[in-house]
Amino acid sequence: MTPPLLDVRGLERVYQARRGAWPFGHSVALRAVDGVSFTLEAGRTLGLVGESGCGKTTTARLVLGLVPATGGEVKIAGQPLPRAGTAEWRGLRQLMQMVYQDPLAALDRRLAVGRQVLEPLIIHAIGRPEERRDKAIAMMESVGLAAHHYDRFPHELSGGQRQRIVLARALILDPQLLVCDEPISALDVSIQAQVVNLLLDLQARLGLAYLFISHDLRMVRQVSHEVAVMYLGRIVEQGEPDGLFAAPAHPYTKALVSAIPAPTRTLSEGSRKRMVLSGEPPNPVDLPSGCAFHPRCPFAAERCRIETPALRSMPDSRRVACHFAEELVGRMAA
Amino acid sequence: MLRYLATRLLRALLTIFLVVTFAFFVLHLSGDPAMMILSVDAPPESIKAFRAAWGLDQPVWMQYLSYIGHALTGDLGNSMRDGRPALQLVLERVPATLAITLPAFALKLGLGIPAGIYAALHRNSLADRLTMMVSVAGFTVPSFVLALVLVLLFSVRLGWLPSAGNDGPANAILPIVTLGTAGAAILARFTRSAMLEVLGQPYIRAASAKGLSWRRVVVEHALPNAAIPTTTIIGFMIGTLIAGAVVVESVFAWPGIGRLLVASVANRDLAVVQVILLMVAATMVTANIMVDVIYGWIDPRLRSPGHVAR
Amino acid sequence: MSLASRAPGAEPGRLRRFLEAWPPLTLAALAWLAAMLVVAFAADFLAPYSITALDLRARLGPPVFMGGGWAHPLGSDELGRDVLSRLIMSIRLSLLIAFFGTIIAATVGTAMGFVAAHFRGKVEAAILVLIDFQASMPFLIIALAVLAFFGNNMILFVILMGLNSWERYARITRGLTISANEQGYANAVRQLGASNLRIYGLHLLPNIASTLIVSMTITFPETILLESGLSFLGLGVQPPLSSLGNMVGYGREYLTRAPWIMLCPSAVIVLSTLSISIVGDWLRDRLDPTLR
Repeated sequence: MTPPLLDVRGLERVYQARRGAWPFGHSVALRAVDGVSFTLEAGRTLGLVGESGCGKTTTARLVLGLVPATGGEVKIAGQPLPRAGTAEWRGLRQLMQMVYQDPLAALDRRLAVGRQVLEPLIIHAIGRPEERRDKAIAMMESVGLAAHHYDRFPHELSGGQRQRIVLARALILDPQLLVCDEPISALDVSIQAQVVNLLLDLQARLGLAYLFISHDLRMVRQVSHEVAVMYLGRIVEQGEPDGLFAAPAHPYTKALVSAIPAPTRTLSEGSRKRMVLSGEPPNPVDLPSGCAFHPRCPFAAERCRIETPALRSMPDSRRVACHFAEELVGRMAA
Repeated sequence: MLRYLATRLLRALLTIFLVVTFAFFVLHLSGDPAMMILSVDAPPESIKAFRAAWGLDQPVWMQYLSYIGHALTGDLGNSMRDGRPALQLVLERVPATLAITLPAFALKLGLGIPAGIYAALHRNSLADRLTMMVSVAGFTVPSFVLALVLVLLFSVRLGWLPSAGNDGPANAILPIVTLGTAGAAILARFTRSAMLEVLGQPYIRAASAKGLSWRRVVVEHALPNAAIPTTTIIGFMIGTLIAGAVVVESVFAWPGIGRLLVASVANRDLAVVQVILLMVAATMVTANIMVDVIYGWIDPRLRSPGHVAR
Repeated sequence: MSLASRAPGAEPGRLRRFLEAWPPLTLAALAWLAAMLVVAFAADFLAPYSITALDLRARLGPPVFMGGGWAHPLGSDELGRDVLSRLIMSIRLSLLIAFFGTIIAATVGTAMGFVAAHFRGKVEAAILVLIDFQASMPFLIIALAVLAFFGNNMILFVILMGLNSWERYARITRGLTISANEQGYANAVRQLGASNLRIYGLHLLPNIASTLIVSMTITFPETILLESGLSFLGLGVQPPLSSLGNMVGYGREYLTRAPWIMLCPSAVIVLSTLSISIVGDWLRDRLDPTLR
């Protein structure tokens, strides 16, 4: 059996932060990513959702190897991820690429966009110099741009066009995995749909796998084959999108889902009152004991304070990290 | 807030310590003071005696440790020229320097800040353009040129003011004017750009739209916010109260610390140079801490705990 | 009525556009700087006399516009040396010193900025301490100490001029590099597999270049002022070499009798620093209007 394209186990990233100014104060651990595991097969999309600061972007960086992990492992096509900056790591760039939230910042404002699309070919010494420009133009056309855009500068293009350039640049090496970190948040709503359609189209044509990170639940639902919800560095619920959004098991997911404005909510999604979380999102340095969510959870019990729930499988192949998942299915309030 | 101050104090002490160490090693590694003071063809025995008397025959690191040790007890060495304690020598000159730098400082603030504010409030008017043109002189005209031109004009041609020495208050006028106008020009330019930046902020428009009179908008909103970056420059100027008059004192033969520094440097009088360096560092560092305290007071963002300064 | 009949009115449009792109003040400043450069390069050919040529019969002769003769167009000093020749050679020396000082400052500063932004952590903290230290002391004092005690070695002097302003470049470079590394194109290109050399050389440096060039137009005049100040005090450029600063220093003695000795180099200093500042402001507006 071929190994999955991406296999993440127990991934951890702990930062050492300092409380108080030197030399006073003491060192504290900031657990940005606290034991995350998932797999991703070729041609599939895993959506990663959560609030700001939950660790999704850090997870993306860990997967790509941009940030070294302090625990756990990442395996690409069965091979462990090499250390960042080494030649093997650079060679692996041909397999996995990243798409950014702010396409203007991700592009060098001084160079023509076509030149930036073909830069990966130069870096990895692919193809003859004469062919590279043609390849770049072909790539640009396949993402919906025209050959005459080659000589434009980033500030001369619209937001949607810039994101297409970033995509073209990422795809020119023919990668198998694309990590998309909030790829459409910075775009106008009308353009968002276009870019999402483009991503789906490319996936169908090229068999790409996506790690799709977003805080926009509706978008994630559209593009993902599987969704994982993160809170304070951990995955609290994971499953296939329709089921997860229709009947969330974890209280945090319930709150997120209930916050989706839905003028066209169908009856099958049940009567849903707005579930409002109490309290502020806690500081990742001050992780609560036991279940990280228990201070804000309307269903919290004594056990939640003491024992950290593990991510366990439910009968319908949903995975939830909550002690009372079975009892809470369908319930919205305590 | 207290923790913030304590960190700043610690950094200040570290800076002073670095300065002293730096001064010590630079001066010692550079040459043989004995040869300088006693002249090149002094007999070898007297050179040896001189060196022994001043402890110059010991290894450098031992001299450093003994220097630090003495410094902590208040003994900062003696001038090699006339044997008196260096600290005393330097302190004697402080009043003379302050006699010109303090009035100059007042001039800088009194002239520069109002000019800058006025220019900002009447942007692109004749007054603004004039102020900016004049203020450019602040950083293009070197202080010695300004000093000499003033001397040429007021002493030589017009004969109104004396050009050198310190016989009376009239002697102080030209040095003060030289120092003050250059600083005022710089301050005017800086205040103007700080004010312009603040005036361009949305909250100023909001305050005005609320119905506040323009005067109140400026006084209650614009000025306090523009004061924040301006305080840094003023802090730097306070820090240079001792050190900023080196060139001017030389031009006007004013017996202050600046002249002492130049003379001691030319004579390689180690102890005196070290004391002056230490004093300058201490003044700068104190001024910085004062600025930080004032920041903490004016800028409410710094008052809340857990905020990172700057 | 056709447009062609507006012939007299057609010219001001072009003139106005030309003046907008090239303000007269900037043109004047550029002209002055060009003249200074020509003088610096062709000094040997332009100077009518050697700077040490004595002419004791013509001591303290006034310049042409104050009643003197054309033999010494800008007058002569107390030893009969030609002020014009000394001025020409001084311009060359002062400009050379300021130029090399600025290059040293820019190179060292940019390199330190890159290092600090690349390695972060303790390395960055150490570099920041150095920057703070430099910014907290008036450099004149440090320069005085170092200079007189290490002697008046020209190479040391130029290096010292360089060290005057390195921290400005370091600060700018560090800031821009960090932001490019965090979320920007540097990170993106690194992620594509580019080597560090490629990132810093091909991407970061060209993007930072315009800000650095504008900084150079600020630190270059500062270096000229520092050098002339030190030379004025007798601790910078030493005789028989002549710089703008030490000419003013000598001229000070004869302020009453022969003010031109001091006024000519002073005028050159002021006009040169003024011109560079004007060109700097103009460059800043041209190169990147988003900078302030």
